[in-house]
Amino acid sequence: MKTDIILAGVGGQGILSIAATIGTAAVAKGLNIKQAEVHGMSQRGGDVQSHLRLSDKPIASDLIPQGQVDIIISVEPMEALRYVDMLKPDGWIVTNKATFNNISNYPEAEDIYNELKKYKNHIIIDANTIAKDLGSSRSANIVILGAAAKFIDMPYESFEEALMSIFARKGEDVVNANIKALHAGTEAAEKYIKG
Amino acid sequence: MQKILLLGDEALAQGALDAGLSGVYAYPGTPSTEITEYIQASKQAEEGGIHCDWSANEKTALESALGMSYAGKRALVCMKHVGLNVAADPFMNASIVGANGGLVIVSADDPSMHSSQNEQDSRVYGKFALIPTFEPSNQQECYDLVQYAFNFSEMFHTPVLLRMVTRLAHSRSGVECKSPKAQNLLNIPTNLKQFILLPAIAKKNYAGLLGKQNDFMSHGEKDGWNTLTLGKDRKLGIIASGIGYNYLMENYPDGCPYSILKISQYPLPVNMLTRLAAESVELLVIEDGYPFIEEQIKSIIPTPLIIRGRLDGTLPRMGELNPNIVAQGLGIKVPDFNIVPEVVKPRPPKLCDGCPHISSYNALNEALSDYVPGRVFADIGCYTLGALPPYNAINSCVDMGASITMAKGAFDAGIFPAVAIIGDSTFTHSGMTGLLDAILDKSAITVMILDNETTGMTGGQDSCAFGRIENICLGLGVEKEHIRVIIPLPKNHEENVKVIKEELEYKGVSVIVPRRECLQVIGKKHRRR
Repeated sequence: MKTDIILAGVGGQGILSIAATIGTAAVAKGLNIKQAEVHGMSQRGGDVQSHLRLSDKPIASDLIPQGQVDIIISVEPMEALRYVDMLKPDGWIVTNKATFNNISNYPEAEDIYNELKKYKNHIIIDANTIAKDLGSSRSANIVILGAAAKFIDMPYESFEEALMSIFARKGEDVVNANIKALHAGTEAAEKYIKG
Repeated sequence: MQKILLLGDEALAQGALDAGLSGVYAYPGTPSTEITEYIQASKQAEEGGIHCDWSANEKTALESALGMSYAGKRALVCMKHVGLNVAADPFMNASIVGANGGLVIVSADDPSMHSSQNEQDSRVYGKFALIPTFEPSNQQECYDLVQYAFNFSEMFHTPVLLRMVTRLAHSRSGVECKSPKAQNLLNIPTNLKQFILLPAIAKKNYAGLLGKQNDFMSHGEKDGWNTLTLGKDRKLGIIASGIGYNYLMENYPDGCPYSILKISQYPLPVNMLTRLAAESVELLVIEDGYPFIEEQIKSIIPTPLIIRGRLDGTLPRMGELNPNIVAQGLGIKVPDFNIVPEVVKPRPPKLCDGCPHISSYNALNEALSDYVPGRVFADIGCYTLGALPPYNAINSCVDMGASITMAKGAFDAGIFPAVAIIGDSTFTHSGMTGLLDAILDKSAITVMILDNETTGMTGGQDSCAFGRIENICLGLGVEKEHIRVIIPLPKNHEENVKVIKEELEYKGVSVIVPRRECLQVIGKKHRRR
């Protein structure tokens, strides 16, 4: 088993929480993991990314080689495209549809979606709206994780268990909100694939 | 044993705690900050009464740690690579006095300058000071090597350097921990003159340090951190240090056919290098940072062997390595990959919405609009982002504290008004002495100390300046009526412009303190509640 993931987004969008959830699930399963994060200056509203590698064998590099990523999981659609050079030919792009526009030359959203659709395997869901409808707009990142979960070679329950352990200290409400967000993301992805 | 998921920085911190650490001394700096933050949050540290408050700068940190080492206890000092420049004086001289309790100095390099002004390689400092230097290649080695480093430091009564790089500092992996060791007891040095660097003693100590070099090296040959594996194919011998080793192995999932010398301990193991050279036709050096090993082996290896690496262009001269760059250096064909479409635009970091620095820059820009541009000397921190549009507000960013002193020099040369922009934490780090120079010289500069009551860029650590900026300025000799505190909010814009304009025209040192708490820190406090 080996899954190489790029997590993408804008500083402050919560990609490290996605990473922590997958990481916690992987460690509980006894898998090897390496996860390279970006801290420091770029976190201030700039593009951020994390390389997350899971394997049942030892992992050498903290960085994934170019062209070998299995899944790009992105909380922002333009940020998903930023790493397509890392993606395998048959890799998946799972991204939020909601744009985060904090630059003056941000492109037309439709142009971004059209580019994304050029890749064979893509899922584009509006995680912000889904999270908002659930009454927990801050868990859009976990909605995206839910949409990507079935492409990560681990049992679905392991993500639920990871969310329970990560958010346990914040109380039952927060745990439940995140698990609901995970489920909603998974459902939205299934719907998207069915068309 | 259950592995715990730790950043390289955190693994190092936990390793130090389990090695019987008594104190960590540090100033925040990416990518080293998380080492100290981990210890600050650790129950084990709290129960052990381990010192972990931030220091004013890297120099005070290193000196305090040296004092703890003098007293026989184990001390850790952490900084980013450029912090070691600030601490260079105690660093070079600590190597001459030596250590009593274990003293490990961590310097975290930032190849590719993700969050830094340069990509200097700290291993050069280790060689400069003639002290043992360690370079872990993975998170487990961060944990294990720091423990070995403490033992080594005590065995040879020498401070040691541990070099990190961004990619390891900020990457997480499973780490297996050992049971913790007790802290050392208080133990004053047997030789009470060891730490007095009068020339007569310094000469003796220096000769002693030189005399230890062979021992340092021979431990590097046999203690297992440097390993030589001879390969089937003797055409190429590869020297890979630190995380360079990982990028090499990533390219050979089924094992590397060539001989490999993995380096994690310096001084370089001359015997291992000579052996590798004798067994190889060509050598390739893979190291993240400067061509540090590559330059040295040219004088170590006797035969006229071809040596490839960053100097001959096999690998790029600058920037961090990655698996693809190393693959190209090895002549492995990299598969074609997708091209990033043009619709993707750069998204540089920027000041947060509502950031107090925005109001400060808007007011400053308007106050300066009547003058020829090119007179604002800034410093290191979030406010350096004022260099970018739409502000375009600053003209320099060099090193911690250089804003005030450069403004002073520019005034001396004839630039008036000259403005310095410095953050609260940077001011107590390295700005105070420069301000004293300006006061004593009656240099007509306007110093804006942007006080967001925290060390912002590194994530909101306590600032040593908190609550004492006006008193420091008064004590140094700034006139009371020229210390002006303003609140950087959009609604105060007109009033703030007026204050800045008045002080710009003053023919002496004036200090303006725009004070409003960092929004990130407010958010963090709110989330904690």
